[in-house]
Amino acid sequence: MENVNIKINGMPYSVPNGITILEACQMNGIRVPTLCYLKEINEIGACRMCVVEVKGARSLAAACVYPVNDGMEVTTNSPALQKSRKATLELLLSNHNRSCLSCVRSGDCELQRLCHEYGVDNEERYTGEKTPSEIDDSAPHMYRDNSKCILCRRCVAACDKLQSVGVIGANQRGFKTHIGCAFDQDLADVACVSCGQCIVACPTGALSEKDDTDKVWAALNDPTKHVVVNTAPSIRVTLGEAFGMPIGTNVTGKMVAALRRLGFAKVFDTDVGADLTIVEEANEFVERVQNGGKLPMITSCSPGWVKFCEHNFPDFIDNLSSCKSPQQMFGAVVKTWYAEKNGLDPKDIVVVSIMPCTAKKFEVGRDDEDAAGVPDVDIALTTRELARMINRAGIEFAALPDEEFDVPLGIASGAGHIFGATGGVMEAALRTAVETLTGDKLEKLDFTDVRGTKGIKEASYHVAGIDVKVAVVSGLANARALLEKVQKGEAEYHFIEVMACPGGCVNGGGQPTQPASVRNFTDLAGIRAKALYDADAGLELRQSHKSPVMKVLYDEYFGKPGSHKAHEVLHTTYVARSRF
Amino acid sequence: MASTKSSIPFTGTPEQERELMAVIAEHKEQQGALMPVLQKAQDIYGYLPIEVQEMVAAGLGVPLEEVYGVSTFYSQFSLFPKGEYRISVCLGTACYVKGSGAVFDRLSEKLGIKNGECTADKKFSLDACRCIGACGLAPVLTVNDEVYGKLTPDDVDKILAKYA
Ligand code: SF4
Ligand code: SF4
Ligand code: FES
Repeated sequence: MENVNIKINGMPYSVPNGITILEACQMNGIRVPTLCYLKEINEIGACRMCVVEVKGARSLAAACVYPVNDGMEVTTNSPALQKSRKATLELLLSNHNRSCLSCVRSGDCELQRLCHEYGVDNEERYTGEKTPSEIDDSAPHMYRDNSKCILCRRCVAACDKLQSVGVIGANQRGFKTHIGCAFDQDLADVACVSCGQCIVACPTGALSEKDDTDKVWAALNDPTKHVVVNTAPSIRVTLGEAFGMPIGTNVTGKMVAALRRLGFAKVFDTDVGADLTIVEEANEFVERVQNGGKLPMITSCSPGWVKFCEHNFPDFIDNLSSCKSPQQMFGAVVKTWYAEKNGLDPKDIVVVSIMPCTAKKFEVGRDDEDAAGVPDVDIALTTRELARMINRAGIEFAALPDEEFDVPLGIASGAGHIFGATGGVMEAALRTAVETLTGDKLEKLDFTDVRGTKGIKEASYHVAGIDVKVAVVSGLANARALLEKVQKGEAEYHFIEVMACPGGCVNGGGQPTQPASVRNFTDLAGIRAKALYDADAGLELRQSHKSPVMKVLYDEYFGKPGSHKAHEVLHTTYVARSRF
Repeated sequence: MASTKSSIPFTGTPEQERELMAVIAEHKEQQGALMPVLQKAQDIYGYLPIEVQEMVAAGLGVPLEEVYGVSTFYSQFSLFPKGEYRISVCLGTACYVKGSGAVFDRLSEKLGIKNGECTADKKFSLDACRCIGACGLAPVLTVNDEVYGKLTPDDVDKILAKYA
């Protein structure tokens, strides 16, 4: 693209033609405040927070949607602009529930930060009635408190554009405008998939995960309970962000140390569940290929995706791998094998998982996820909730030593690590399935074609006389597009990996929130994923089926992959759900 | 939020459905199809309950929430059927300053329905309307074509009794 010469605040810059003023400012280290703008998905120019002066223009321009052109002279921070932005904030506050002291987003709320920056001290500038609202806490994974909503519609865009779920939107008009579901039904009564992408898109405290930390505190303080925690692959590369560390910092050791200090009896790794998933899933795949089973086989680790499939593609339910997700496999193993081995009653064990995902809160309550007659997993916390617990316990995260997971359910392969990124499950499965199909040792463990944050990836591998065609998608809008092609016969695959969140679990709806000023200009998923691939590359053990823990579990308990016992404990079933 | 799903059972007929499907088929490929389809749907059914909006959403391949958002943005659309007796209370300026708000509230309370809704027996529906040009009689309401003026909230019982 050609460059154009512009001036921002009197300084000359050369920037690519056609980009927005906001992007031009960002490139040159000038932050223009925004509220409604989310790159590519919510470019609606509605909130007027980002106004700038363009020389010769009659009115203030919204920098987020206004393109630059040659010779343009822009001012981003005049007294008039400050006044305009301040008035915008005061108007927003006039219809806002200002309970900042206790708000879940206090400290990382974009509205709060701007009010602070613009010295909005007279919060009652515009007084009057507030739009009536109620809290929607009907769904297992989240709260909506519209009294804190600023109608930026970022959640609507995330749900519709990223996820093609589209169950939330603006209802009514004028003063009565509010975000809700069709016919103002509860979120639990519509086809929401619990992905939480709306939550991480929200600039304020209007949307939040359902906080289950009190349940965990209670369990930890109950002497009759044996409380075991497990952490999903991606948590180790995102938790640090909640303590101000750079995006992509691997904090495995400190995370383990913090969990131990919180009082968990055992600190285990969900990656063991991931290894187990791979061993079962690779076996299921090989069986389907060899015995003419239903293809393409589609992964089932992502509960948001599974629910989406049940609502929107019930015809594909038999294509879903019957394997439970790593979280559920992990819990099932703890409540069966681990309980027996340690002489514990499964009823006295509390399995807590730390997940990048709000849909995991839905998943723990699904039917047929109770191998020992009690739920496989009792409580699923998001990364954010864990950070909250660490803070409340007074643990100085940065000062913690690095510690190791407990054995044996803390020893996992690098294949388990990369489950946290789009393409990771596919690569992990291939590392095992290819060896199973050929019977030979795999020389090159890196399947780089399926790496990267692209929404849809395809690859083909010649394995044991078969061309195995695979596809990897993340973000449910991409999943929908791909499955529609498969439905129409325009594409054919043997194996498809789907992760509900764009970029995979590293970008999950339960991860630490990053403000739009970061999110719009940073490849969050890519940077976080790199930390996982780096960790994998540094390991000796990089294939799930070679894990010593797998050997113990199969020798002692399951016999072989796909055995009767394995099916009882490690596999599950799905149900068709309403499209609406 | 209390759901706005109508509690009155949906009584759409196969003929109405065929008619709606034809409308959807006619507009399906065009940009901005939602508005004209909703207008025709309202003509066919008289209102836009969830059953109708689901057909529109499925037919046009758009989220139900998008359909609902449009149906609540424009006041021409109704989520509830009209009653045998359609009560409209004028909330125009003249009537409002003379207390039509209190008349409306009394009706709403007596009938147990909110603005735009219809009683479960489909007898009465209640709407707030703009000035009907009878300011001399303010505050006024109409029941179908009949006009009642110079009202106080206490007149509500008498009026309702006439139609019971
Ligand atoms: S959780 Fe996901 S599916 Fe549900 S409303 Fe939010 S973005 Fe949409
Ligand atoms: S809930 Fe949050 S993201 Fe959605 S419109 Fe309101 S403030 Fe914006
Ligand atoms: S108008 Fe530009 S950020 Fe909202």
